[in-house]
Amino acid sequence: MLSYLARRLALLVPLLIGISLISFVVIHCAPGKPTDVQDQLNQKVSLQVRERLEKLYGLDKPLGEQYLQWLVRLCKLDFGVSFSDSRPVTQKIVERIPITLTINLLSLFLILLFAVPIGVWSAVREGSRFDQCMTVFVFIGFAMPTFWLALLLMKFFGVTLHWLPVSGIRSLGFDYYSLWGKILDYARHLLLPVLISAFTGLAGLTRYMRTNMVHVLQQDYIRTARAKGLSLQRIYFHHALKNALLPVITVLGLSIPGLISGSVISESIFAIPGMGKLFYDAVMARDYPVIMGVLVIGAWLTLLGNLAADIAYSFADPRIRIASRKEP
Amino acid sequence: MINLLRNKLTLSGAIIIVLMSFFAVFAPVICHYQPDDIDIGNYLLAPSATHWLGTDLLGRDLFSRMVYGARISLSVGLVSIGIAVVIGIFFGALAGYYGGVIDTLVMRFVDIMLCFPSIFLILALVALLEPNIMVIMAVIGLTGWMGIARLIRAEILSLKERDFVSAARACGVSDITIIARHLVPNAIGPVIVSATLGVAAAILVESSLSFLGIGVQPPTPSWGNILMDAKSSLGVAWWMTLFPGLAIFITVLGYNLLGEGLRDTLMPRA
Repeated sequence: MLSYLARRLALLVPLLIGISLISFVVIHCAPGKPTDVQDQLNQKVSLQVRERLEKLYGLDKPLGEQYLQWLVRLCKLDFGVSFSDSRPVTQKIVERIPITLTINLLSLFLILLFAVPIGVWSAVREGSRFDQCMTVFVFIGFAMPTFWLALLLMKFFGVTLHWLPVSGIRSLGFDYYSLWGKILDYARHLLLPVLISAFTGLAGLTRYMRTNMVHVLQQDYIRTARAKGLSLQRIYFHHALKNALLPVITVLGLSIPGLISGSVISESIFAIPGMGKLFYDAVMARDYPVIMGVLVIGAWLTLLGNLAADIAYSFADPRIRIASRKEP
Repeated sequence: MINLLRNKLTLSGAIIIVLMSFFAVFAPVICHYQPDDIDIGNYLLAPSATHWLGTDLLGRDLFSRMVYGARISLSVGLVSIGIAVVIGIFFGALAGYYGGVIDTLVMRFVDIMLCFPSIFLILALVALLEPNIMVIMAVIGLTGWMGIARLIRAEILSLKERDFVSAARACGVSDITIIARHLVPNAIGPVIVSATLGVAAAILVESSLSFLGIGVQPPTPSWGNILMDAKSSLGVAWWMTLFPGLAIFITVLGYNLLGEGLRDTLMPRA
């Protein structure tokens, strides 16, 4: 197990270097080279911004030195200060992460809660009315633009029915509420964003779960189990479900970038002060230090999620640990 | 092909796409109004015989804007996936055919690109460059080729051991010709499926960007930026919210249905 961990961690090094390189290339797409100013009268980025960028990232130095400087910054978690309010970027991001994480974890929980039983039931009753309905639902889920769904739900529950608030994460009188009042207030604000970020993922995982389960049910060991007269319940839950659930761990890890991406859209629609909203505001204000910071930290979070999923998988399935030992 | 048409879902997907493309191509013939004809007096009219889908805040005909918006959404979808397919095939073939260090390098590069949450990378690049339609197509393409590269690599890894490849090599056919004439055409099935589904995804990304105000810029109409306008008139003008969203939904559904049908036909083993 330890050697597997060591190998898996060693794989991180090239990825981390790669992330630093790509983000470095992205910085160099920044407009406002001295030559641009003469060309464009309607200058979106003033010479002043360019100067600040040059000072921050050392853009006037040779490329090699620039990259080294960027690397040192990354290691020290120092992304400079925001152009908009001069606060350290890292601090701005760190205080936003908990909200985004809460929303994503809640929606991940919802996804698992519904996708697994629905997928399994569809597979067990392959071709039934229920299975057909769920296939339709999956197609709807894949085609639904999340921001449109958000608008519709906002219109219905917020504007028409006045049941739920449509923006922010707490009400005006939040400080005066009791503990339960506070929790309820958070819940009311988070309900729609969580539902919406769960919706697309739900379709994906349901389908994945169904495919897995259908595949597992065709295996020889299931036929053996049936042949020796085990109860259906035992076959489905003990023999089939365990094997069908295993790959879900990996898929959950892989779904992290999608969830983080989705938070940009849902957080900016519902004005939730999370990482996604921070990024959106930074993009709109061309606040480059914040953009770069969120970009890199987003990639790191993805990497961390995948690592966690791989390690969890290797705990759950010993074949992975042994198989990877044979490979050089 | 017959198999493809027999499947009702696939057929309906194809019909949706043909219909939408028809709207996009013949937009000037179909529309009675110009998409940017401002008519302040007739703002936010509900759907009627004169304005089939109503008008927006500036009195522009929603139907015309949506038909012209179809041009934007469809072309962004197709062009950006075109770019992704070209890059994906190039890197995938390179990695699969040559193997070894090249394979490791290319596949690590793919892994690294996949670490970046796609919307983050796309938004950062669009913000740094310029939010115009060319940049959006390029950026969606540049951030969406990794899956296709993996598919092509996997196919070529198994194909290159086959006899016809050895035969070609024995005849002295160059590497490039083997890849371009013998390997890629045989590996293209899964790529077509993935590209078809990719068009759907790209249309969703473009409309999300435009909805956030970082995509196609007004006054050029796109389904996403019509919805952005709709957000401000959420309580009063249901047609502004309903129709553009429905258009995105139906188009994306069409490409997904076609993609799934193609998967069943081109990759029967899966």
